[in-house]
Amino acid sequence: MSQSTYVPEEPLVKGNHTFASITSLIADIPEQPTPKWWYIAFGISNILLGVLLMSIGYLFWEGTGIWGITNPVGWGWAIINFVWWVGIGHAGTLISAILYLFRQGWRTAINRFAEAMTIFAVICALIFPGIHVGRIWLAYWMFPLPNGMQMWPNFNSPLLWDVFAVSTYFTVSLLFWFVGLVPDFATLRDRVKSKLAAKIYGFFALGWTGGNRQWQHYEKAYMLLAGLATPLVLSVHTIVSFDFAVSVIPGWHTTIFPPYFVAGAIFSGFAMVMTLMLIARKLYKLEDIMTLDHIEKVNMVILVTGNMVGFAYIMEFFIAWYSGVTYEKAAFINRAMGPYAWAYWTMFLCNVISPQFFWSKKMRRSITASFILSIVVNIGMWFERFVITVTSLAQDFLPSSWGYYSPTKWDMLTYLGTFGLFFTFFLLFLRFLPMVAIAEVKMVMPQADPHHTDAHKGDH
Amino acid sequence: MSSTYAVLAEFKNPGELMKAAETVRKAGYTKWDVHSPFPIHGMDDAMGLKPSKLGWLVFGHAVLGFTGAVTLLTWASSIAYPINISGKPFANFPAFVPIIFELTVLLSAFGAVFGMFFLNNMPRHHNPLFNSETIRRATDDGFFVVIESTDTLYHETKTAELLRSAGATLIEPISA
Repeated sequence: MSQSTYVPEEPLVKGNHTFASITSLIADIPEQPTPKWWYIAFGISNILLGVLLMSIGYLFWEGTGIWGITNPVGWGWAIINFVWWVGIGHAGTLISAILYLFRQGWRTAINRFAEAMTIFAVICALIFPGIHVGRIWLAYWMFPLPNGMQMWPNFNSPLLWDVFAVSTYFTVSLLFWFVGLVPDFATLRDRVKSKLAAKIYGFFALGWTGGNRQWQHYEKAYMLLAGLATPLVLSVHTIVSFDFAVSVIPGWHTTIFPPYFVAGAIFSGFAMVMTLMLIARKLYKLEDIMTLDHIEKVNMVILVTGNMVGFAYIMEFFIAWYSGVTYEKAAFINRAMGPYAWAYWTMFLCNVISPQFFWSKKMRRSITASFILSIVVNIGMWFERFVITVTSLAQDFLPSSWGYYSPTKWDMLTYLGTFGLFFTFFLLFLRFLPMVAIAEVKMVMPQADPHHTDAHKGDH
Repeated sequence: MSSTYAVLAEFKNPGELMKAAETVRKAGYTKWDVHSPFPIHGMDDAMGLKPSKLGWLVFGHAVLGFTGAVTLLTWASSIAYPINISGKPFANFPAFVPIIFELTVLLSAFGAVFGMFFLNNMPRHHNPLFNSETIRRATDDGFFVVIESTDTLYHETKTAELLRSAGATLIEPISA
């Protein structure tokens, strides 16, 4: 290649960092005194967590009648929130697994906390299928456990597939996250001044020495986990979409659902990554690691997946018309012009129109625009699940059995409470764990290349 | 047992460490390792390590997950508790695909994580290496070669000399 065509890539880590300064930038955060804002944020999160526990407690006491679900809308906010939270989780796996397989070095800046986000989001999601069963003491019937009545679950049911998909997803994400954390736990073990902290971090570091004989198996394990998590994450939202698509309700029974759900999940997840990343980089001064280039790349993913989702919305209408099925056509006309038109157009505006701003490079690199649009997108994605779930059930086949669904205050408080749970976990993570994958960031620095010192003699 | 567990040598950067690893391998040592804050591309070859066997462990777990899932689903829905759903077959394989897939992935992931811990002798919290203060920098910005004293070629001065000639900036013994 001639020299004139060579455009070096933007460095992934900005500023003049050495390995040691990267370590101290991230690993010293748990040792610094707890900032005041942290206590305030943690206090608010704990109050919301209390709201969640109270709502769940009342639900167990009184039953699902406290929710707005009714006939014909038997699925309300619980499933909407479940799908929304699981979807958010998907970005973490996408960043940690799929971008790893594609050798996208920029992922190292954000993969750790995106994975943490995945785990906490999936915990929030798992609450809903757990509590929505009317008789909570029989919730174990969801699992294939031997029981006194010699019953086994119905393995033909998408709802059961979902139990397996989401619990596998949670377990694998947790393992993946932990494996990534092991070398960084060792860094903290070797660094913290407090003896107790060194013991605790050391316990989780499992005796990691950083020897190449360990790295060899470690890297293999990481690659295999990435290879396993990639089809897994695609399968999870596919199976979540089967909850709807395998039924015969107009508006649900469509083959576009699996790819459409996966794209939507990645879309909302990246938006959540953006929200959290902008807050974390500001509060912890990580602008050198989470650079504007990272923000721009995340915004590009939001733009692409947003357009996929927009394509799916329009394609649904086309297929409803092309299918010639009266009920299907009616369902979609009702969506856009019926009693829930306000929800449909909110969704459309937030998910299809708002990401279009990111065609402009200036917007992609604007922190304010990124922050506002990332929240708009997540509002939009919540409405998407609302539209899919509620409009299809409220008006299915017989107009005589149509109805209108409204949530109760308990629906709202439970949903609000899950934010408390999410942020309680997330703040603890920011406070006590390395929020950036230290070893992986070092790996993408130019000095990490063993031929780095040779390279300077020539001209690349 | 001698009071020296190993000799530790520090090198300036990943490139130097790699050259040192090649020197140590060519000298014929077998009980040694290099320690670095991150995996170094090409180090496995420089050390002459055989490819990791982890893939086979994962494959074994995948087979276990797959057969386990097929057995559980078929047995539960056709022998233990057959349910007639719209006249579909009891062993309804197309409907079993999602759960079989999930359990295969789950067991493979267990194989990858716990297999890696197994091959790496983890957890191992009491390692004579940790007697050295210096090696703590292997998780920060230090690049080290460690040659164990039980290696047949180990010699107090000759080994140190080899490491020094390979460019070590610091050499120190690690007590057992």
